[in-house]
Amino acid sequence: MKLRTCLLLLIMIGTGATLEAQNLNDLLAEESTTGPQTVDALFKATRVINGHSVKQLQKGELDFRISHRFGRVNAGAYEFFGLDQSNIHLSLEYGLLKNLMVGIGRGTFEKTVDGFIRYNIANQHTGKGSFPLTISYLSTIETIGLKWSDPTRTNYFSSRLSFTQQLLLARKFSRLTLLLMPTFVHRNLVPSEVDQNDLFAMGVAGRYKLANRLALNCEYFYVLRPVPQRTSQKYYNPLAVGFDIETGGHVFQIMLTNSQGMREGGFIGKTTGSWLKGDIHLGFNISRVFTLDSKRK
Amino acid sequence: MKNKIFWLTLCLAITTAVGAQNRYFTKTGHIDFYSHTSIEDIKAVNDQVTSFLDISTGDLVFSVLNRSFQFEKPLMQEHFNENYMESEKFPKSSFDGKIADLKGVDFNKPGKYPVKVTGKLVIHGVTRDIESAGTLTVEKDKIAGESVFAVIPEDYGIQIPAVVRQKFADTMTITVRMNYQLYTPKK
Repeated sequence: MKLRTCLLLLIMIGTGATLEAQNLNDLLAEESTTGPQTVDALFKATRVINGHSVKQLQKGELDFRISHRFGRVNAGAYEFFGLDQSNIHLSLEYGLLKNLMVGIGRGTFEKTVDGFIRYNIANQHTGKGSFPLTISYLSTIETIGLKWSDPTRTNYFSSRLSFTQQLLLARKFSRLTLLLMPTFVHRNLVPSEVDQNDLFAMGVAGRYKLANRLALNCEYFYVLRPVPQRTSQKYYNPLAVGFDIETGGHVFQIMLTNSQGMREGGFIGKTTGSWLKGDIHLGFNISRVFTLDSKRK
Repeated sequence: MKNKIFWLTLCLAITTAVGAQNRYFTKTGHIDFYSHTSIEDIKAVNDQVTSFLDISTGDLVFSVLNRSFQFEKPLMQEHFNENYMESEKFPKSSFDGKIADLKGVDFNKPGKYPVKVTGKLVIHGVTRDIESAGTLTVEKDKIAGESVFAVIPEDYGIQIPAVVRQKFADTMTITVRMNYQLYTPKK
């Protein structure tokens, strides 16, 4: 009996000792379990190519963007394959609140002045209380600045306006980010009776991170139009392919696209180029971000 | 029989209690790093460091989530995670080592003691042996640890492109400040 007690005692002390010797690293792993982690950097810039991405400017960040599209490559040697022509869009965008960014811009295409507001509704999370998507909502307004085609009739300013509402749903899978963009565009005035004032479109975009500072982007909008199109001009769905190259505070985007417009009303509603016919524009966007107001110390 | 059970329980209680007394920990430790050049200052702070210190053996461990480093500029923070630390691939940085000259510290007597810390530092998936001087400040049921040391990013396989290299100092100054409390294991 005594012997058995002693043995038991020894075993107990032994277990006590092993309990004590539980590895500090195990304890560390146990204690450093973390809460939800926001998935960030779904996109490098606030635009995938032409359309918006879900990359949000933080509060106090100012983004100066220069977007440029050359002419069509099939214009031939006379036009230096489109490089003789230029079409520019300048914009200033600002992170007003934590989840809210606004922007104003001016474009050559139809001499538009535009403004937008974008709200980040939710962010993709991992860990506890995970959430699968990053969701944003975009609302834009564009005014066409071209001279009236018929100044003799009564022209209203409201005829220059068009509006876009867009929901952005994105998910990052490691190196790949996918984005879905149900979009609604309303034009107050269209060129002819057969053109639609309201356009519904579904956008799909993707980003693949090739290296730390290099990513491949692709963007396509399927625009719902009556078949066959009875519109005054034949319109195509916008498709763009490009690269993001990051250099410090700049993001340089270079792309090929069949649209001239660089705002929703332009590229979703009025893309007249066809990839198959070679109506392709070479272009680039330059984004420079300045931190104006850094609250985080 | 009753007696035996009593002794056994007591034994177990003592051994566990003694074990627990040796361990101090924190979940709100502070680590910051700093780089100064004439072009730009880079500073990031992390106040969510988990660390354990065993005063009987001198064992010292740290673990930190790279994503919880806070920068003044959001863009810097994104670059840190995306381009330099590759936080998706290497989410944590850690240290596993010990206080080399434990004999010089009397944990029963409040005071400030200089110590030498040696061990393995893991950053960006690269493990390196480091040695650093620090201080331990002993108070009742509390121990504060502090150390400042330098790290060269390239030593840990962190590539900095030549065009932006002059914005970074050659070495990053890392400051570690921990306020340890007695650790009581969860039952």
